[in-house]
Amino acid sequence: MKVTEKDVAYVAELANLELTEEERVRMLRDLNSILGHIDMLNALDTANVLAMAQVSERFGADESKAGSERFMYASREDVREGLRKSLAHDVALANAPDSDGTFFEVPKVIER
Amino acid sequence: MDLGSLTIDGVRSAIQERKVTAASFAEAHYAKIASDDPQIGAYLALSKDRAMGKAAEIDALAAKGDQLPPLAGVPVGIKDVMVTRGVTTTAGSKILGNYLPPYDCTAVARLEAAGAVVLGKLNCDEFAMGSSNENSAWKPVRNPRDLSRVPGGSSGGAAAAVAANMAVATLGSDTGGSIRQPASFCGVVGLKPTYGRVSRYGLIAFASSLDHIGPFGRNVKDTALVLQTMAGRDAMDSTSADIPVPDYVAEMGKPVKGLKIGIAKEYLGEGLDGEVRAATEAAVQKLARLGCEIVEVSLPHTKYAVPAYYIVATAEASSNLARFDGVRYGFRAAGVRSLSEMYRRSRDQGFGAEVKRRIMLGTYALSAGYYDAYYLKAQKVRTLLTRDFEEAFKSVDAIVTPTSPTAAFKLGEKVDDPLAMYLADIYTVTANLAGIPGISVPCGETRDKLPIGMQILGRHFDEAMILRVAGAFEKAA
Repeated sequence: MKVTEKDVAYVAELANLELTEEERVRMLRDLNSILGHIDMLNALDTANVLAMAQVSERFGADESKAGSERFMYASREDVREGLRKSLAHDVALANAPDSDGTFFEVPKVIER
Repeated sequence: MDLGSLTIDGVRSAIQERKVTAASFAEAHYAKIASDDPQIGAYLALSKDRAMGKAAEIDALAAKGDQLPPLAGVPVGIKDVMVTRGVTTTAGSKILGNYLPPYDCTAVARLEAAGAVVLGKLNCDEFAMGSSNENSAWKPVRNPRDLSRVPGGSSGGAAAAVAANMAVATLGSDTGGSIRQPASFCGVVGLKPTYGRVSRYGLIAFASSLDHIGPFGRNVKDTALVLQTMAGRDAMDSTSADIPVPDYVAEMGKPVKGLKIGIAKEYLGEGLDGEVRAATEAAVQKLARLGCEIVEVSLPHTKYAVPAYYIVATAEASSNLARFDGVRYGFRAAGVRSLSEMYRRSRDQGFGAEVKRRIMLGTYALSAGYYDAYYLKAQKVRTLLTRDFEEAFKSVDAIVTPTSPTAAFKLGEKVDDPLAMYLADIYTVTANLAGIPGISVPCGETRDKLPIGMQILGRHFDEAMILRVAGAFEKAA
């Protein structure tokens, strides 16, 4: 077993999940089964292979430039509301579970 | 009206010639949905006001004698992971059960600008995570060919709607096969374009470096026409490519004689159903008879694709789905005393089992001590898989494989074994990791009359080639 009950509890905390006792048992079984299969990747020697995070970095990027200059194709002029207007206040709040009309409301964060 | 025989050009020209109105095409589809969808479950929401408004606009253009746009009056459905202004968009999840988006997905907006009539939103696996549509928080979708079987996933509703004549074309999303596999299970055509060909703006993110939007149709040409209207640079998606969009229908008209078609033994090995193998081999023979040269290629890292995929996809998902916290939109759990409890309870109650499983797996892979062993390793394997394709495409124009190792399976058959479900994606995840385009076209049936799909893969931004091969195959079938 690679993943322990303790790992499940720790990762759930990182992911902002609680999980019931039943869910934790199932999660432990499933994660171990899936990670057991994923372990086959260890058979590959990737010491000299570059990691690939994105497909699009292979297209349009100007390889002769460094840093953000390489991705000029994806840039635009830095102007206020350059692409579209921001959402109106009431529209942005329309889907809020709780709001006072100006702000999103959540349970109290700081006790005093 | 025989809805099953409708094509995009057929609908547009019937409206242009004023034989049928766009309104009556839409009404006929709504009647079909009302009578048949209770058995199938393809639609989650109908957008009738919006559809009839668009149809009236098209009918007014036709009445004036104006030249109609390419998708004029074509009744389409949209997978529920693409946002639609004012039309409930849930991504198949309870956590977005009451979400009314304030804007439109670019792909949807472009379809409507080309005249399409959006009938409604289509069922899918929750956040597009699944291969059978059984992970929808609302209801499963049933395969129109056999109601005891799944339509595939995650775009199960989008495939079933076309197969059951409840839309002429639909939009799906494909992160690991979610367009191509359901297309093969339902006997329709489904196309996943190159990464960056179609804007992802307004697509609710599952795994941003693997997500694609693409069309379903009853024939290859219809998928080409829908792709044509969606493709091209969008300033709202910085990963959308500024590369010219060819005329796909014109490209489809070119002959296939002399093209080199690759077949890879790695896609014809263990786990492949005998009937699917036979159908794929027969399809390759047909291409040979059309004058294509069949060439064996090797894609040696294929067996590592599913494990690499399920690390990259879940890692990205764990990050993307962090935004669902019950603060700004979506579901919030009741009776909570603190902010952190609100986050946890809202997510616990709002997400389904498969989504939680993937968030956990992705979070684990990104957590301290495991990042190098899992996430970085998977990204390196992604490079190797991409190189496999680049090497193969030096000697062939397209590669033909089965779309899925089996035809449609029964509802409930794999629901308790996530790994078995993941392995059903074995032939499709590679194209997402490499970002190359792929299309699934029907290539036969099993003895039980279940559709079988063939996948054609192409070079980056060479949708024209796979459409050409698929079109020629379809014509000869």
